[in-house]
Amino acid sequence: MKTNNILVCGIGGQGVMTATEILAEAALSLGYDAKKTEVAGMSQRGGVVSSHLRFGEKILSPQIAAGEADLLVGFEAAEALRWAHMLRPGGVALVNLGRLVPPVVNLGLYDYPADPVAQMRDLGLEVHAFDASALAQELGNIRLGNTVMLGAMADRLPFPADVLRDAVLARFASRKPALLDLNRQAFERGRRAVAEAEAA
Amino acid sequence: MGAPLPASTSQHLFLSGNEAVALAVRDAGCRVAAAYPGTPSTEILEVLATYPELYAEWSVNEKVSLEVALGASMVGARSFCAMKHVGLNVASDALMTMTVTGTAGGLVIAVADDVGMSSSQNEQDSRYWGRFAHLPVFEPSDAQEAYDMTRAAFALSERHRCPVLLRLTTRICHVKGRVLAAERETCEPAGFVKDPQRWVMVPGNARPRLPLMFERDAALRAEAEGSSLNPVVAGRDRRVGFVASGPAFMHVREAFPDAPVLKLGFSYPVPLDLARVFAAGVDQVVVVEETEALVETELRAAGIACVGKDLLPRTGELSPDVLRPAIAALLGEVQPEVAQVAAQRVFPRPPTMCVACPHLGVYYTLSQLRNISISGDIGCYTLGAGQPWNALDTCISMGASMGVALGMDKGRGPADEKKSVVAVIGDSTFLHMGMQGLLDITWNRGNVTVLLLDNRAVGMTGGQDNPGTGRDIHGEAAPRIDFAKLCEALGVKAERIRVVDPYQLPVLFKALREETKIAEPSVIITDRPCVLIDDYQATPPYKVIDDRCTGCGNCVDVGCPAIHVTRREKAVKASGKEVDLAFVRIETAACTGCGLCVQPCAPEAIVHARPAQPVAFLRKI
Ligand SMILES: Cc1ncc(C[n+]2csc(CCOP(=O)(O)OP(=O)(O)O)c2C)c(N)n1
Ligand code: SF4
Ligand code: SF4
Repeated sequence: MKTNNILVCGIGGQGVMTATEILAEAALSLGYDAKKTEVAGMSQRGGVVSSHLRFGEKILSPQIAAGEADLLVGFEAAEALRWAHMLRPGGVALVNLGRLVPPVVNLGLYDYPADPVAQMRDLGLEVHAFDASALAQELGNIRLGNTVMLGAMADRLPFPADVLRDAVLARFASRKPALLDLNRQAFERGRRAVAEAEAA
Repeated sequence: MGAPLPASTSQHLFLSGNEAVALAVRDAGCRVAAAYPGTPSTEILEVLATYPELYAEWSVNEKVSLEVALGASMVGARSFCAMKHVGLNVASDALMTMTVTGTAGGLVIAVADDVGMSSSQNEQDSRYWGRFAHLPVFEPSDAQEAYDMTRAAFALSERHRCPVLLRLTTRICHVKGRVLAAERETCEPAGFVKDPQRWVMVPGNARPRLPLMFERDAALRAEAEGSSLNPVVAGRDRRVGFVASGPAFMHVREAFPDAPVLKLGFSYPVPLDLARVFAAGVDQVVVVEETEALVETELRAAGIACVGKDLLPRTGELSPDVLRPAIAALLGEVQPEVAQVAAQRVFPRPPTMCVACPHLGVYYTLSQLRNISISGDIGCYTLGAGQPWNALDTCISMGASMGVALGMDKGRGPADEKKSVVAVIGDSTFLHMGMQGLLDITWNRGNVTVLLLDNRAVGMTGGQDNPGTGRDIHGEAAPRIDFAKLCEALGVKAERIRVVDPYQLPVLFKALREETKIAEPSVIITDRPCVLIDDYQATPPYKVIDDRCTGCGNCVDVGCPAIHVTRREKAVKASGKEVDLAFVRIETAACTGCGLCVQPCAPEAIVHARPAQPVAFLRKI
């Protein structure tokens, strides 16, 4: 059985680690072995976060090597570009177009890339991008962004989308029904948005 | 903060190394667990605190936590303590003598090295302590092993009556994997047995115990030789045989699935006979260890030829992409090119202080002062060394801001004569190691102004409690230290102690200006909570009125991440000088209305986003 390598990246506070955790739970529920690791330098303070998930029959090293990720999921556009070299040839990137501009850019010390997604495509990568932050805002809560992104991944996994959706919803099972429903909607919106982006 | 462990669908749990250690500590029937927080070890105690069957505490520092664990062991209880690598430096005084007394109840010390330095001031290899203190070292390679070895460590500790070092690294602590738990044990403490020859370490009692330590070394080595924690993984490709431990073992297996590997789980004392037999069966031996050349040096000293740090990096992680090219070079092979795109240049994204962090006011104020040397310390406030403030000049070890400031004062020559010396320290750091330094300042009449940033939390590691918060590890009410009284008791004159609100910039500025002018020890305590903890109360957010903003950029210098520049322009002043203008907006959804950025805004362009309320801050600085 092939080992699956998924890299989710973004910045501290966006729910990157939680999303990978849910993805891992979905894989584990099907009996896969899985390991999940983060490279997060003080991520709680708005720093870079990249979370690696590997699942398959038996996982040894938890780290995905450069050029070996099957799927790169960028919760933030410039972060997706930062980790673009992790994708394997033929791998796919799913990118949230929403931007989070750090203080170093506001202070004029660095520039935010003009079009990170175009830059990734210029590298020859297959990128499907949409504004997950805006979709989450439309649903009334920016925090739904990670569920939107999980929805976006759902049809690119070696198992049915329902398995991932159930893992997402299991998290909210004991919470308010309204929250459960919002997450269901966010998940489906993400799924649709990425399908539309791919068709376009 | 400590969430209960997730329920699992099968018998397997999906746990991080830290969670696995915590579960194993409970399952081993441990009675007392103590720690001071520190990345990457913090979560171990957070999880242990959720178990009602044992006593868990945040201690004020690592030395105290180890002494608490030792006391519990003396009465026969199984006990545990956890710390990050630098924590063991602090606790080492206790460690170096408890290795002479030995232990009664099983005692396990988890020490987590930040290999790769994701969040630390240095990188050290804690396996040295095993050598220095003559103690056994276990090195798990993943979460399952972290569980199993923690259980085995309690048993080993009781067999040899000594503490066992469980050496973790970031790549164990924070990696999740499947874990199968074993049956729980219960352990009743045997009771304290008075035995001065054993527990009272005066020279006459300690001297006869030293040889016992060396006998124990030999017994431990014999046990390591036959330990199931030191398996040999067979492999067809015998050109290189690897000796590996910790996460590096998994990396070796990943990169070289066909190579024989001697895995050192019980890695000190090194099983030399086992290694000799292993070496005889392969063409050459490569030792893969993070981070110092310890096993390598010991194998060589025993006459076992091997390669190690001549080939592999001496710092950081030894992941498969580090190992593959190094071994290819050793074997004279050409490493196949991986078809991958080049890493792209993207702006750095260093950690920032939180939106509305009370430290922002402190650093904005410090950045406005000239002629000061700022002796800093470790915590979120270390970020004050960065942009836009550049207002922290040193950072060494916890509590060092005090002694360093005093030394700067006493050692200064003409070049620094006119400068004021300011020390900046957080509440938790002050209670951990800073108090003694302040006492040294007052006793020796140093001319230092101390900024004690009391945000009622150990912010850096996630907002844990400390004796200044009035809560214990469970969030239950506990006696709360009064910092002003404490500083007075440490010898600072009452009139030289002020408590100020860090969001009131003019007040803070005035206090700093006045106290730095007076040639006596003084303490300015800031008293607003970290935004991560429940004590923090958000207030209505602000917005920028576009046509009032003159682009001065003063608010940007506060450093709050909710302030964004919308456009830049160049303008020529009446004096003919060219200036850069930065026009801003406030991310209203993120702003929690602390009012800091409002104060330096001369044209009053920043107002409440919702029904305008008068801004209740003094405007002039
Ligand atoms: C000996 C040692 N133990 C633990 C740590 C990890 N650590 C770094 S700063 C810090 C505490 C910071 O708390 P505080 O001083 O209250 O400052 P804040 O982060 O809240 O601003 C801790 C636990 C360390 N660096 N050194
Ligand atoms: S965690 Fe607390 S102390 Fe640290 S930057 Fe955020 S608000 Fe400030
Ligand atoms: S008032 Fe200004 S400094 Fe305070 S949180 Fe809002 S934007 Fe940040």
